[in-house]
Amino acid sequence: MKLIPLLDLEHVTMKFGGLTAVNDVSLKVYPRDLVAIIGPNGAGKTTLFNTITGIYTPTSGSVSLDQKNLKNSKSSAITELGIARTFQNIRLFKNLSVIDNIKLAKHTRIQYGFWSGIFRTKRFHQEENKIEEECLKLLALFKLDDKKDYLAKNLAYGQQRKLEMARALATEPKLLLLDEPAAGMNPTETRELTELIHLIRDQFNIAVILIEHDMKLVMGLAEKIFVLDYGNLIAEGSPAEIQNNKRVIEAYLGVEIEVNS
Amino acid sequence: MDYYLQILLIVGIFITLTLSLNLINGYCGQFSLGHAGFWGAGAYASAIYSSFYALPVSTPINMAIACLVGFLAAALCGIIIGVPCLRLKGDYLAIATLGFGEIVRIIIMNTELVGGPRGFINIPHWANIYWIYAVALVVIVFMINLKRSTYGRAIISIREDEIAAENMGVNLFRYKLFSFIVGAGIAGVAGALFAHTQQFLHPSNFNFMWSVIILVMVILGGQGSVTGSVIGAIVLTIFPEVLRFIGGHASDWRMPIYSVLLIVLMLARPQGIFGAHEFSLSKGRKS
Amino acid sequence: MSEDTIYFLWDCLQYLINGISQGSLYALVALGYTMVYGIIRLVNFAHGEFLMIGAMCGYYVLKANLPMPIAILAAMLSAGTIAVIVERLVYRPIRKSGRVPALITAIGTSLFFEYSGQLVFGADPKTIPPFIAEKIYNFGDVNVSNIQLAIFAITIFVLLFLWWLTHFTKIGKAMRATSFNLQAAELMGINTNKIISFTFFLGASIAGLGGMLMGYTMSIEPLMGLNLGIKAFVAAVVGGIGVIPGAALGGFIIGIAENMVAGLYKSSYRDGVSFFILILILLLKPSGILGKNVKEKV
Repeated sequence: MKLIPLLDLEHVTMKFGGLTAVNDVSLKVYPRDLVAIIGPNGAGKTTLFNTITGIYTPTSGSVSLDQKNLKNSKSSAITELGIARTFQNIRLFKNLSVIDNIKLAKHTRIQYGFWSGIFRTKRFHQEENKIEEECLKLLALFKLDDKKDYLAKNLAYGQQRKLEMARALATEPKLLLLDEPAAGMNPTETRELTELIHLIRDQFNIAVILIEHDMKLVMGLAEKIFVLDYGNLIAEGSPAEIQNNKRVIEAYLGVEIEVNS
Repeated sequence: MDYYLQILLIVGIFITLTLSLNLINGYCGQFSLGHAGFWGAGAYASAIYSSFYALPVSTPINMAIACLVGFLAAALCGIIIGVPCLRLKGDYLAIATLGFGEIVRIIIMNTELVGGPRGFINIPHWANIYWIYAVALVVIVFMINLKRSTYGRAIISIREDEIAAENMGVNLFRYKLFSFIVGAGIAGVAGALFAHTQQFLHPSNFNFMWSVIILVMVILGGQGSVTGSVIGAIVLTIFPEVLRFIGGHASDWRMPIYSVLLIVLMLARPQGIFGAHEFSLSKGRKS
Repeated sequence: MSEDTIYFLWDCLQYLINGISQGSLYALVALGYTMVYGIIRLVNFAHGEFLMIGAMCGYYVLKANLPMPIAILAAMLSAGTIAVIVERLVYRPIRKSGRVPALITAIGTSLFFEYSGQLVFGADPKTIPPFIAEKIYNFGDVNVSNIQLAIFAITIFVLLFLWWLTHFTKIGKAMRATSFNLQAAELMGINTNKIISFTFFLGASIAGLGGMLMGYTMSIEPLMGLNLGIKAFVAAVVGGIGVIPGAALGGFIIGIAENMVAGLYKSSYRDGVSFFILILILLLKPSGILGKNVKEKV
């Protein structure tokens, strides 16, 4: 039986004036997939993320989630539908506390209405208590619960990255996009991250796409890899296939060399 | 006695006004420089109702209607300004709102019905100190409860990082517009209260200088802090009276002092007295 | 064509001429706004006040019976100097805090000069004695005064001077580099702080010149910077803020529009015209007619 793709990109092209950042990229991601997008700098990876999350509207082609075309949808609507992301340059709510950062992400999932909040009804209190519990559990998973009242800007760099991931997870997504989650991390932290991402995928039953430059992380984590170069999808496959793919090697190194196994 | 009563009245009105601007600037982070325009629109609209279209009902009900008229008129201005301008960023939005505030004032100046440059006189004295402080209290509770609900969190997240907020599911336009409209509407109610206690309106009371004064109140208290706005309103309403008390030419220096205060605040303590927090009696929740 | 139409057209031409003359003054002041914004992305609300201080100085120099050229020089130098002092004292430290705090600071500075100006100079308007006798030339039903021509000519001269400065001198190129990318310019060895101070000085002194020329058509008083400043700012935005020819274009557009509205409709709406055009431009093309669109990278 053929699986229905969770995320379906068909011939997505993204042009900025004369510059083509993404050129005719088609790919499918299925539920519970653990996928990586790699490629040299400037290959269009983050731009691709931006078209998926609605920051940019594709010049042509379509992006679909659960077979629903996301054309012209606002980022906030796309998040409600089930796609969450982290940012290359960490975009936390710096002056808010750790727990407030997470609580905000629950916004689309909250049921009580505006006036319930103003009049502090029973429903409001019930839901807020539930939210508080859920958020604390999430923070505990990321080992940030003891820092819940810290201002986000006062966290260490690695902790900020984890917080951003926790925040994205709090939106209860079906698909999680991680933009260079291991950037600036040391080998220990990277190992922790690998375990964490596996755990997240298993526990929350979601698909994960990550953009990464750290090849050890990618090869150790991803079940499927897509390779972009100058906006084009030049290869897709398992880690082993990608490692031996001549075009991929050329794209990174620019020169044909012998591959040692 | 009358003198002190008058001061209390004005303090109460400015508490409401400052809170209403705090919603737009402090909570939502949208820099609006034309707030006195909303105040004026509400004041004049409510005065038009009470002077020309008053219904034959009891005074308290009529005052409530006047407040509603003020709210709606100002909120309508908020929509007219907000819808086109809220997609502008930072200083562009500030300039656009400044422009709109001035346009509102110029329109009022040129409208014969409301007296234009001669002012609007003989507005019935429907409101009193109880009205003013009841409204102020309601607005205070509203602002605090809003902050603690998910809707307040959404609005505040826009101030912190728009793009992150949008990607966490916050519909930017909807919440920005909401802040604008409600902030404007509340200012309109303050205008209605002002009109029906002072009984006289003049366009010069709603010019750019007044927008700046309200802004200083918000910034002094702390953008995003309800306690701050209350304190800021009280301090800066009482301050000119202190100057007047000192006598001589001290009062003349009110605006220069405000402007220096603004500059010093920005240089030394941009978060104002309370920052974005409230005054709380619990010991150092030091974040 | 009916007689009425002919009179109407002559009227329009008169408004056009008045508008261009008025617009020249707006352009001179707008240049300062646009240059400062171009280089540090700050809307210098206090720019109009620099102009006012310059005009006041010029006035007092004239009162001391010194000749007009000295007065004009004094106006330009004093405006420029005040601008540099304000930049060093107030704007430089606030630069790192972000654009909105900088804007609020600029507003505070503007108000400070307006209100202290009233206390120091007195709120009463002062008139500048005419330098050259006014001569009016007639072209059919239209009047042009030699002063209007002089103002226009001076404005064109200033524009050409600025164009030469920014394109053919070292300091001009440094100005352009700094406005493209401050950090890169610094890395190239340009003393950006000096360049920024120089830009402030240049913009303010040109505005000071404008203030003195303004003295011919209206009186000088401490709040003159406010009204004029806002209109000149609008002119800068309309033409394309940060773009020098834009300031001139915007100035002329505002000047002409104001005169058309005042003449053809109601003069009491005159002041509203600039705001109306401002809103229009911000909605249609916020970067201004000659401005460039820059998108934020996520």
